[in-house]
Amino acid sequence: MRLAFREALLAFRRAPMLSALSITTIAFSLFAFGLFGLVALNIRNALQKVEDRVEIRAFIADGTGAEATSAALGDIAAFPEAASVRLVTQTQALDRARLELGEFSDVFEEGILPASIEVRLKTGFRDPATVRAVAKRIEVYDFIDDIRFGEEWVEKLHRLRNIATLAGATLGLTFAVVAIIIIGSTIRMAVMARSREIAIMRLVGATNGFIRAPFLIEGFLKGTLGGALALVLAWVALAIINRFVVQATFFDPWMGAVGVVAGACIGLAGSALSVGRHLKRV
Amino acid sequence: MIRFSHVHKSFARTGAALADVSFQVNKGEFVFITGPSGAGKSTILKLCFFDERPSQGEVKVYGISSATYTPADVPRLRRRLGIIFQDFRLLEDRSVEANIAFALEVTGTPAGQIAGRVARLLAQVGLAAKATAIPRELSGGEQQRVAIARALANDPVALVADEPTGNLDERATRGIFQLFKDINASGTAVLMATHDLDLVRRSGCRNIEINRGQLVFDSAADGGFRASGASPMMEEDDA
Ligand SMILES: Nc1ncnc2c1ncn2[C@@H]1O[C@H](COP(=O)(O)OP(=O)(O)O)[C@@H](O)[C@H]1O
Ligand SMILES: [Mg+2]
Repeated sequence: MRLAFREALLAFRRAPMLSALSITTIAFSLFAFGLFGLVALNIRNALQKVEDRVEIRAFIADGTGAEATSAALGDIAAFPEAASVRLVTQTQALDRARLELGEFSDVFEEGILPASIEVRLKTGFRDPATVRAVAKRIEVYDFIDDIRFGEEWVEKLHRLRNIATLAGATLGLTFAVVAIIIIGSTIRMAVMARSREIAIMRLVGATNGFIRAPFLIEGFLKGTLGGALALVLAWVALAIINRFVVQATFFDPWMGAVGVVAGACIGLAGSALSVGRHLKRV
Repeated sequence: MIRFSHVHKSFARTGAALADVSFQVNKGEFVFITGPSGAGKSTILKLCFFDERPSQGEVKVYGISSATYTPADVPRLRRRLGIIFQDFRLLEDRSVEANIAFALEVTGTPAGQIAGRVARLLAQVGLAAKATAIPRELSGGEQQRVAIARALANDPVALVADEPTGNLDERATRGIFQLFKDINASGTAVLMATHDLDLVRRSGCRNIEINRGQLVFDSAADGGFRASGASPMMEEDDA
């Protein structure tokens, strides 16, 4: 094992440019992944906050009877998705509007704002599809004039998050494939450069695993370094965004570790795929 | 210990290289393989250390059969053999002692034992004074001694040598051959391909002659085709 490590480190010294190239490719692959991952992460956080405030407002037509309204309230409260159901009378609506608008409060006249039913949903039922479904079920009461649930916002954020995830995954995977190819070809060159040594190792009875180990270690080390570099790049990018664009959150340590491990896997995959094939030819 | 049973070998591009070759090398024996260039000598040796597989027939070396071996058997087998070539095959960028230590390292010898073993091996081949030289600084005969020391590193039961004196002058050849005789005297079998017929005749050792891929003469076979200086040896079935 010590010998294998020594040989692996020797490979870095023999081809420093090539090693740097494979490390940066891995880093860029994971950086692309990470950058879009960060966007997705922050959108998710934003969504969480928006979704916490998701509520359905069903406006009640003028002149609806009190029994009809309270029956509907009871029905809706029994929905499995409903966390709380509240009636906002015309007077309350007016009070609220006046409170929110302060000095312009006079523009409202008694009776101009409709009464409404406000429904808050339980967590887990705040995604656009569920919200829409619940709204549909409330809409069936014929005294409901109009129904609002901030659909544009929720849907936009969802779509944005999906796009960010998809873009990150696509770009990251593309770079990962490039990284595996580059690692593969550096391993190929390393195998060729050491073909004499490898042939002699075979001759004196070194096992295949033993011959392979330095190359796998080399790929693993490059991948790990690439992963760490990607993390640093992502952190720098985030610091810039924080400074000039918006306040955003970084990965938690666990996600960072996953990134480095992903780098190690890319490096290992690149060398494992290459070394078996090329050792056969030596 | 080494047994060929009706071995045929043909290559995709050049066709048949060996046809129906059968012989056996016993423990501690010294056997020459002779024949003109292209006869199939190297192919026989490669079959011995499982660098090639027979197309037909069976090669059995130290209990491992070409018919049933697994990939893990190959390194195990090669640790029991010492393999030597005409072109030495040393690592040019390392010292003599590093070349020998390499063979011990890659087979997992504990690090603490390596220096001592290397020194003993160098003394055995008469190169103790050249431990720190690099191969380029040595004569051909000396480089071959390094290769022999490396081949002996893992205490082989047999040496397999493919024209080990092919690149050497008369004097160096005699020295290397004497070294093989000494190693053989301590119990290690030797299977050596050569086309130096003088050497073979003078040595009085068993000679297997190959021509166009066929075994045409074996001085140990009962009623050998030709008279030879070699004393016929009894074959025992211990392959
Ligand atoms: N790897 C190979 N591929 C194709 N043909 C080969 C190969 N090795 C040997 N041969 C052929 O097998 C025959 C015997 O070769 P070889 O065993 O090297 O002979 P020798 O060592 O007696 O000179 C030759 O005709 C040679 O061309
Ligand atoms: Mg030959």
